[in-house]
Amino acid sequence: MVDFGGWDMPVQYTGIVDEHNTVRTAVGLFDVSHMGEIEIRGPEALKLVDYVSTNAASRLAVGQAHYSGLLYEHGGFVDDILVHKVAADSYFLCVNASNQEKDFEHIRAHNKFDCEVDFASPRYAQIAIQGPKALEVLSRLTSIDLAAIRYYWFVDGFVSGFNVRVARTGYTGEDGFEIYVTPGQAVNLWGQLIEAGAPFGIKPCGLGARNTLRLEAAMSLYGHEIGASITPFDAGLGWIVKMDKGDFIGRDALVKQKEKGRTRALAGFEMKGRGIARDGYEVFPDGFNAGWVTSGSPAPTLGKNIGLCFLPADRAKVGEKIGILIRNQTVEAEIAPTPFYRRPK
Amino acid sequence: MNYPEKYRYTKEHEWVALEDGIATIGITHHAQSELGDIVYVDLPKPGASVEKGKTFGSVESVKAVSDIYAPVGGEVTEANDLLATKPEKLNEDPHGAAWLIRVRASNPEEFPHLMDAAEYQTYVGAES
Repeated sequence: MVDFGGWDMPVQYTGIVDEHNTVRTAVGLFDVSHMGEIEIRGPEALKLVDYVSTNAASRLAVGQAHYSGLLYEHGGFVDDILVHKVAADSYFLCVNASNQEKDFEHIRAHNKFDCEVDFASPRYAQIAIQGPKALEVLSRLTSIDLAAIRYYWFVDGFVSGFNVRVARTGYTGEDGFEIYVTPGQAVNLWGQLIEAGAPFGIKPCGLGARNTLRLEAAMSLYGHEIGASITPFDAGLGWIVKMDKGDFIGRDALVKQKEKGRTRALAGFEMKGRGIARDGYEVFPDGFNAGWVTSGSPAPTLGKNIGLCFLPADRAKVGEKIGILIRNQTVEAEIAPTPFYRRPK
Repeated sequence: MNYPEKYRYTKEHEWVALEDGIATIGITHHAQSELGDIVYVDLPKPGASVEKGKTFGSVESVKAVSDIYAPVGGEVTEANDLLATKPEKLNEDPHGAAWLIRVRASNPEEFPHLMDAAEYQTYVGAES
């Protein structure tokens, strides 16, 4: 168990590689109850969500979700979040555990639309079921038509008789669902999912596998690829910024960055020499220190050592050779296309 | 877990076995279990000298890299080649086939001052 933002969380149950492979080939279960939830309600809820986040909430239909960013005025990230449109006047945000109080205060401080901003984390536990067999396992416990839920859509309904929210989202690069449930029912639901998944080889999975899975899928992790000094453009997340939607916090800074062009960019790399680049290691594009590793790990599905790093924008090109300082030795790596892993259709 | 009686143990989770002045050094079952899937083992070459309490190599798992500290000092006589090609053996047999290095101990009298198996077992707790 490790302390993770005040939560006691398992890094691994049966082993990171075993859990990772189970999610890629069958199905894995993650207790992600540490994630935070914030609810925004009121006639002008859309206006507040659109003002504090980068993506265009106006484009969401009821029952649809999207990835978005909360920014500071200077364009850096407060957090990266999922926005779910529950009703025309009600939005449900899933935010990072370690940022939830900060996010809540940030949204409340900018609530000039007289919305109800509700710190809802204590009312939700979250279980993620991920992998090619996730749908089959979950369907044994619910009459919800899971196949009809499209990627990044959600429904409220019953699983094992519990009233839950089921979203077809995830952080692994596989198909799967994230289930929001009342904390008092979470342990029971977890047990039922483990039981229903037994014929499919379901395994509980920890933070370690969650990290290797998301890294292969090149998904950002707050505190690594994104943070207060990093803008969405830096992090290659321009697609979650809708400049044409009207004013939002951070927009002015992003307009300026767009005019000047970005100086640095996030890029994926594969190790060519022996070694694993870990987060914080220095990157040498031309023998000079001009970047840093944000995440690095062996990629169990690919059988390679991979990572993400920041580089001067003109060097972040696929095929570019870089050096990474690993315990006083410069080891060769090469910029690679991301995501490193894409699930078979 | 049964920790071999004839070994001695450190707080950094290395074990050492002494025979005819040659110390065989490894990491404990507890250490490999905490590290998880081991993917690289970096060891010194024969002829290198290691200093008691100083790091002489590293073990890298999927999640992290950890230094290994020498329980006794001396000259390295052998490094375990098996681990260069099969680092995962360290997860499977840390007290046996996956020893790390052998050292001609410069001060064999240091050996009894390390923890014995019972003390180490208490140190890591009953669950390990």
